[in-house]
Amino acid sequence: MLSKKNKEALFNPLSKDNPVLVQILGICSTLAVTVSLEPAIVMGISVIAVLAFSNVIISFIRNTIPTTIRIIVQLVVVAALVIVVQQFLVAFDYEVSKQLSVFIGLIITNCILMGRLEAFALNNKPWPSFLDGIGNGLGYMIILVIVAFFRELLGSGTVLGFQVIPQWCYEHGYENNGLMILPPMALITVACIIWVHRARNKELQEA
Amino acid sequence: MNALRKYMNKIKPHFEPGGRLAKLQSVYDGMETFLFTPNTTARSGVHIHDGNDLKRTMITVVVALLPALLFAMYNVGYQHYLAIGQPEASHVARFVFGLVAMLPCIVVSYVVGLGIEFVGAQIHHKEIQEGFLVSGILIPLIVPINTPLWMVAVATAFAVIFAKEVFGGTGMNIFNVALVTRAFLFFAYPSRMSGDTAFVKTDSAFGLGDGTVVDAFTGATPLGQVATHTGDVLQLNNVVGDPIGTSDAFMGLIAGSPGETSMVAILIGAVILLVTGIASWRIMCSVFAGGLAMAAVAHALPSATYAASLLDPWSQLCYGGFAFMAVFMATDPVTGARTRTGQYIYGFLIGVIAILIRVYNSGYPEGAMLAVLLMNAFAPLIDHCVVSRNIKRRLRRASINQ
Repeated sequence: MLSKKNKEALFNPLSKDNPVLVQILGICSTLAVTVSLEPAIVMGISVIAVLAFSNVIISFIRNTIPTTIRIIVQLVVVAALVIVVQQFLVAFDYEVSKQLSVFIGLIITNCILMGRLEAFALNNKPWPSFLDGIGNGLGYMIILVIVAFFRELLGSGTVLGFQVIPQWCYEHGYENNGLMILPPMALITVACIIWVHRARNKELQEA
Repeated sequence: MNALRKYMNKIKPHFEPGGRLAKLQSVYDGMETFLFTPNTTARSGVHIHDGNDLKRTMITVVVALLPALLFAMYNVGYQHYLAIGQPEASHVARFVFGLVAMLPCIVVSYVVGLGIEFVGAQIHHKEIQEGFLVSGILIPLIVPINTPLWMVAVATAFAVIFAKEVFGGTGMNIFNVALVTRAFLFFAYPSRMSGDTAFVKTDSAFGLGDGTVVDAFTGATPLGQVATHTGDVLQLNNVVGDPIGTSDAFMGLIAGSPGETSMVAILIGAVILLVTGIASWRIMCSVFAGGLAMAAVAHALPSATYAASLLDPWSQLCYGGFAFMAVFMATDPVTGARTRTGQYIYGFLIGVIAILIRVYNSGYPEGAMLAVLLMNAFAPLIDHCVVSRNIKRRLRRASINQ
């Protein structure tokens, strides 16, 4: 079930081969949906679901897809899954789906998806592909959650909508940092995470 | 002096490799070169014999900033006593109030900025660079007087780490550190950086200058008034509602960020910078030229929608932070263009963009900060174009001669 290779497919993307930190993929949505924690978590789960199942589907039909039109086939599969996720959200969590607006739809163009399909699912069996999808989706979600946590905490003083910075601080002159709400700070927060990550993993440092 | 020299020599072994305090070597080195002129000389390669080094360059800029700083202190006190209805307060009282009001901000900016530089130098085992000497004095001059100190500390730390240290420290930064500090404050805490409560200190400073604010008080800066102005006739007022004109802005007894108000003090600083050759006269002149040109264009097409176009070009230069930016920010040798032709283009565009933002973007009453930051990003491109054009021209000349 979990051979060494499968374990690598599942756990490497969490840190050593993280799609956001190491491959610098999916940055666009990382900037867009991380203003607060809740949409970031929903976005992360959506990407995990789409990525895992598109990996499995493509892996099942990998030997029947003609190479020349494989990108189109991949897009069709991903688009179908994204629409399922989108409709599910509209039905069960309408508020968050409004906050995420186009970005759920834009999972189709998320580089991580095409990257995993091309690099992994086309050459591997369904079970490892499923694990790879879960792993990469989780790796993406971890970063999303960390960035969103700091942006919501410093930008709005809340976590998951609950006030965590005590009123006492505001009465003594503390103010929320408006820049954290703006997209540039998402880039800088991601950069800080990459900084810490590279400092801890020396083998990832470029000369 | 001799005793100090002996003491420094005595403690030196502790800081050398293997010594007890070897980790603090760069702190020792920084203090030693701060106290004494180094007597080491280059042994190989090209020698340029000049006593001018980074420390002296930086100190010259600080000296050039002194008139603006001293006037800033006086003006902070002047505006305060005007606001609390005691315009008869003595010159000394005004100056002392301003000194006490500004000192904490200066201390915070230096302690935070230099602290990070010291730590950075220790981590990288480098010499401590003096780059923050100037930034540390610029920050209190361009930040509104009522900005809480912790905000100044956060913004300074952000600017020093993300605008300077990550690029490799002094001399490697792309953006002007002091302006990044201000931009951070401007976007992070907008309510503290504009409007009627930011620019005039109305409460007392350490017990000095107690009093209640007069009824007629409005703390809006001249450009703040322009931004909210409607109608065809523009009349600017001081903090208690009396009319002011361009000559007041030239002298500097108006509301604004501390250092930017007085054209006179800034021009004295400009003369010091130009005579000592620290700042590029090409940049400085072309910023003013660009500002005048754009202001003339705007003034030729006056419109009530864009109230700033009702100001004549000369007042455009006197109000707001334009002059301060032209003399002390645009001329930063690290972030500005370096080729001569490039400096004309760089300066001119800063002047044009500053006035363009000020007049036609209602979201920003003043455009000087954003103009410099934008052109900082383009300075390397301008230099690249100038250099490659020069190379092409000389190649062409060479091939004709063959």
